Amino acid sequence: MAEAALWRMRGRRRAPLDRRLLVLAGLLIGAAASFISWGLPWSDGAPSAYILQLRATKLAGLICVGTAIGLATVLFQTLSNNRILTPSIMGFDALFLLMQSVLVMMFGLASMAQLSGFAGFLLNAGVMMVAALVLFTGLLRRTRGDIQLMILVGVVIAVLLRTLAVFLQRLMDPSAFAVVQTRMFAQFGSIDRGALLAAAGVTLLATLWLLRRAALLDVAALGRDQARSLGVRYDRLQMQLLCIIAALVSVSTALVGPIAFLGLLVTSLAHSLMQSHRHALLLPASALIAAIVLVAGQTLFERLLQLQSSLAIVIEFCGGLLFILLLMRGKLR
Amino acid sequence: MAEATGSISGLGRPGRSARGAICLCLFVLMLLAGLSCVIGVNQTSPLALLQDPEAAQLLLISRIPRTLAVILTGATMAVAGVIMQLLVRNRFVEPGTTGTNEAAMLGLLGATLLAPALPIFTKMLCAAVAALLGTLVFLALARRIPPQQPLLVPLVGLVYGGILAAAAGFIAFQADLLQYLAIWMSGEFSGVLSGRYELLWLAGLLAGLAYLVADQFTIAGLGEMASRGLGLRYGQVLGFGVVVVSLVSALVIVTVGVLPFVGLVVPNLVSRIMGDNLRDSLPVVAATGAGLLLICDMLGRLLRAPYEIPAGTVFGLFGAALFLVMLLRRPAHG
Repeated sequence: MAEAALWRMRGRRRAPLDRRLLVLAGLLIGAAASFISWGLPWSDGAPSAYILQLRATKLAGLICVGTAIGLATVLFQTLSNNRILTPSIMGFDALFLLMQSVLVMMFGLASMAQLSGFAGFLLNAGVMMVAALVLFTGLLRRTRGDIQLMILVGVVIAVLLRTLAVFLQRLMDPSAFAVVQTRMFAQFGSIDRGALLAAAGVTLLATLWLLRRAALLDVAALGRDQARSLGVRYDRLQMQLLCIIAALVSVSTALVGPIAFLGLLVTSLAHSLMQSHRHALLLPASALIAAIVLVAGQTLFERLLQLQSSLAIVIEFCGGLLFILLLMRGKLR
Repeated sequence: MAEATGSISGLGRPGRSARGAICLCLFVLMLLAGLSCVIGVNQTSPLALLQDPEAAQLLLISRIPRTLAVILTGATMAVAGVIMQLLVRNRFVEPGTTGTNEAAMLGLLGATLLAPALPIFTKMLCAAVAALLGTLVFLALARRIPPQQPLLVPLVGLVYGGILAAAAGFIAFQADLLQYLAIWMSGEFSGVLSGRYELLWLAGLLAGLAYLVADQFTIAGLGEMASRGLGLRYGQVLGFGVVVVSLVSALVIVTVGVLPFVGLVVPNLVSRIMGDNLRDSLPVVAATGAGLLLICDMLGRLLRAPYEIPAGTVFGLFGAALFLVMLLRRPAHG
């Protein structure tokens, strides 16, 4: 099979690790170190263990979310064949919130509350994957070749899903609503440890799976027809990628809630830094950049500006401006 | 205005076939309004009115004002939507997809923060000015979009609105006003009592004024070059349209909150049947908007009685679904 050939190709052409990636990794380590150590209270010659643990959990969560958003956005842009779409513009995270409301409605608050963060996350992510597959394979097929239509339909679907979630929440009783509501806004402050563990596992698996198939993704990015004529089983790959995107979006939304434009910001940066369409470079670059933006931004906000959890809003603002700029400069292919 | 447009408007009356449609719409609207007056937690029937003074009280203080508020809001938002669509020359815009609503919210937020003691009318004026500025910025953006890409216009508008909303969210977060913002975000009518909705009549008046110059809007919808060629003072009509849209949005937001999709779905539905001659279609647009919103408001009252679901949410649901169908079914060159 041609796919096997692509695999082998990757093996032969193993390039030395790109220097720019190393710089990014260094930046991330620097940001992480300052996040942990800046303003750490010391008592009796040792840092406060409680604060240290709190910050480490948060740091792990931020890196996990950054990786997930970076990877998911690159994948979605590969699938939809343009550079201004992101999963959250198309309503993936709205879908996650809706599914959460639906689960609480169907099984009742009691059974949902009994689930630990770990099992609860896996259940949510599983339901989300199925829903995303059903919704977005149809959408991608229906609007193929008309990117404007695809985006607009996606945006409207996002609005529809969000309204539907609000509608369901109106029908819920207040205590069930309180459970769902905690997931509604991007919160970098409180990250559930059990959910973090599951999310980190999912992200790690997805990263490994993707990096092994970087060459295959390069071919898939040529578009459905080209990729098929080069021997890629495109439709199967599309399904797998949609599943992975859904899982990654579940990771970020479950941990910190929806952040619409971070992915766009990050992939634009990654593209202009890497000047390449190779996924072996793009995937790690955007994952690293997203993690850096989140960790450095959170450090800045918490320590320097003493602001609480409004990072998401600032990201929305900057990302939105970037989006319009890209549109105006004709980046829509 | 210009003599040329004076002669186009003719007698200033809708054509014969349109008159039938208008009468039908008004009749259905009357029926719905009557229904809206008797539906609610406290069931009243027309008979009870004669015997029970309390029922009459209820009707006068709550039900009739509420019904009127819904009708005024639905009608004026639909009219604002149709004007916006003609001015931008794009089927897919409305005050909710052009940043107008968000800008009005920003203005209202600013007024609330800087001068909380201002009377509601002054605050409304601040919101209207902000909405005006926001709409003008959007128009400037929309001009730079090539006309071959009609779907980009609402997209830019949505993101632009998102940016303004993020700014409003940031300010509200710092000032602990997020809840305040959330109330404006979901349009609902449960708070409407007599004495608390009268600003909406102003919106109704504006929509009426817009009907007076309906022909000129119709011509403006042909584009700047064509309408100047026909003797229209394009700049004036554009300015008037923007003022009407901004004022109506600001009035509706201040009184009942944001109602998404009303201005988008209703004009599209009507223009499929009646075309784009506003002299004919504007009354139908207004009546359809009012009727659909009334239905949504009643549904919101019935679905989870004795609690309420905001009419804005119900309409958002159906509106988004309808819009999706319109998008996916649209002809290749629509």
